[in-house]
Amino acid sequence: MLTKKLLSACLGAGLVAALAVSASAADITGAGSTFVYPVLSKWSADYNKQTGDKLNYQSIGSGGGIAQIKAATVDFGASDAPMKPEDLTTGGFGQFPLVVGGIVPVINVKGIKSGELKLTGKVLADIYLGNVTKWNDKAIADLNRGLKLPDSQIAVVHRSDGSGTSFNWTNYFSKVNEDWKSKVGEGTAVNWPVGIGGKGNEGVAAYVTRVKDSIGYVEYAYALQNKLPYVLIQNAAGQYPKPNAESFSAAAASAEWTKAQDFYLIMTNAPGEKAWPVTATTWAIMYKEPKDAARSKAAFAFFKWALENGQKEASSLDYVPLPETLVKQIEDYWTASFKG
Amino acid sequence: MSEAMASLPATTAGVKRRDGAAGDRIFYWIVLGCGLFVLVALFAAAFSMVWDGFLAFRTFGFGFLTGMEWDPVAQRFSGLVPIYGTLVTSALAMIIGVPVSLGIAVFITEVAPRSIRGPIGGAIELLAGIPSIIYGMWGLFTFAPFMSDYVQPVLIDWLGPIPIIGALFTGAPLGIGMLTSGIVLAIMIIPFVSSVMRDVFLVVPAQLKESAYALGSTKWEVVRDIVIPHTRTAVVGGIFLGLGRALGETMAVTFVLGNTHNIAVSLMEPGTSIAATLANEFAEASDDLYRSSLSALGLILFVVTFIVLAAAKLMLVRMARQRGE
Repeated sequence: MLTKKLLSACLGAGLVAALAVSASAADITGAGSTFVYPVLSKWSADYNKQTGDKLNYQSIGSGGGIAQIKAATVDFGASDAPMKPEDLTTGGFGQFPLVVGGIVPVINVKGIKSGELKLTGKVLADIYLGNVTKWNDKAIADLNRGLKLPDSQIAVVHRSDGSGTSFNWTNYFSKVNEDWKSKVGEGTAVNWPVGIGGKGNEGVAAYVTRVKDSIGYVEYAYALQNKLPYVLIQNAAGQYPKPNAESFSAAAASAEWTKAQDFYLIMTNAPGEKAWPVTATTWAIMYKEPKDAARSKAAFAFFKWALENGQKEASSLDYVPLPETLVKQIEDYWTASFKG
Repeated sequence: MSEAMASLPATTAGVKRRDGAAGDRIFYWIVLGCGLFVLVALFAAAFSMVWDGFLAFRTFGFGFLTGMEWDPVAQRFSGLVPIYGTLVTSALAMIIGVPVSLGIAVFITEVAPRSIRGPIGGAIELLAGIPSIIYGMWGLFTFAPFMSDYVQPVLIDWLGPIPIIGALFTGAPLGIGMLTSGIVLAIMIIPFVSSVMRDVFLVVPAQLKESAYALGSTKWEVVRDIVIPHTRTAVVGGIFLGLGRALGETMAVTFVLGNTHNIAVSLMEPGTSIAATLANEFAEASDDLYRSSLSALGLILFVVTFIVLAAAKLMLVRMARQRGE
């Protein structure tokens, strides 16, 4: 059984390598984050129609994307967690954000509709720590006067697979809850104190739909598609914005990108009045001095087109365009940092 | 399997005396290559896992097998929790799956009217052909809610208060967990175990059974005293084939086990298995130690499966010796 799996894994890896080799010069190859896959494939189709250049993207997970770019088998890697500036320098990489999306807490509690329940980030983290175990706990009740909360155990659902969604979720908790920061920390996979794990956004959505009195977190698009009631979270400015394109782009706009070296900035808990507190982005990681300058150039042409013209497609897939000022910054970064 | 291999050179020697010896020699080398391929693949797989897992074993030592911790952030890993989950879910699958498989095989070969043997046999083979991801999706979307609404509340109410074994049936009826995984795994191994059993039951000589019936035996007595003793080794072989599959099953378990890194007495609680941990975490494991720990878990699964199959082989040898074969 295992031998079989190992063999098929080798075959799969071989296939990826073969694809990378057989691709023609103008083809751009990338690998990584599953979060950006839908929008990248849409962009790729439109870009192909206009220019004839093709993008070949393998959505194998952010960790896989970083591993592939380190091995120089692709023109760019995509990751939901940015690489540290010092690691970028060591490897000769540069990175920049591509698209913005939101992560929302979703619940299955009888009688509570979308947007009715309000939580602070600290209480949300306390639920995931197992410190707050009942829906009518004082910490929740104090934030929701007038809302009828059931006297039942909270079933906590998290991602079981390593994921950028979990990375941003735990990063947010680490910013708003000291206890979480010292006990659990942040990462694509962490040692979850309580709860059950669902595989992928669809796994979490399925558990929250099936298990009574549960809470989970998914990308905004999954909450919309599955009609899961979402919870409002208090942002850094003390407001309770609704999760939507407006509050996600408000978070992207209020984040202080100018101060971030190599765009190493995680947008959670952004300071803006209207900012959704758990807003995330995906970074593209590329060589500053690529071996194949022509293909790297083709990749930059594609990203330039995508950042300037591809944002309508992003909106139609429930992602949010990058603010114009940020696009300008990224283009300046390209000229300053990348050769060829 | 081994008998077929052992008889190969003998056959070759027998044929060599005739013409076309050269062709036969080529044939010999070709099939020898095929046979050796298995060994090479096995050793290559084992070697690559030892190689990849070396860092984890060097860092954590023997504690990797006995520790309960799995913390990717703090870079501390150990394997007891997934090992436990793998063994418990497989054991549950065997407890449920083996008696049912035996019943199916006996029904088809001894009891069922000839007209429905074919359809049931075909249905078993179809069941064996369903990909495991389908069992996983079915388990998550259909079977888990059924367990949570109708089966688990009853088990918790009726069996929960009983001393000692009651501890196995406590907790919230989430619908997923060890018990659900065990049942889904049982459904997945039943086709393998029962079709092996059916095939060997069919080769029991009719004279033996007819003599027993002539002496006034009932159907049950014929099955118990003639059919099963006659086919014992093959039946055990089939059971262990099923166990091997249950130990390594990945996708179905990943969907219904709950993927929680803890050990709980209750069968209602979620847990994790080695295969599920690998499936969940490999894609995003970017640190060397993390990746190495996952490879080390893979090696442990490999070793566990090897031990189980070796034990089965030993058992078969001993049973054969007891009967003086």
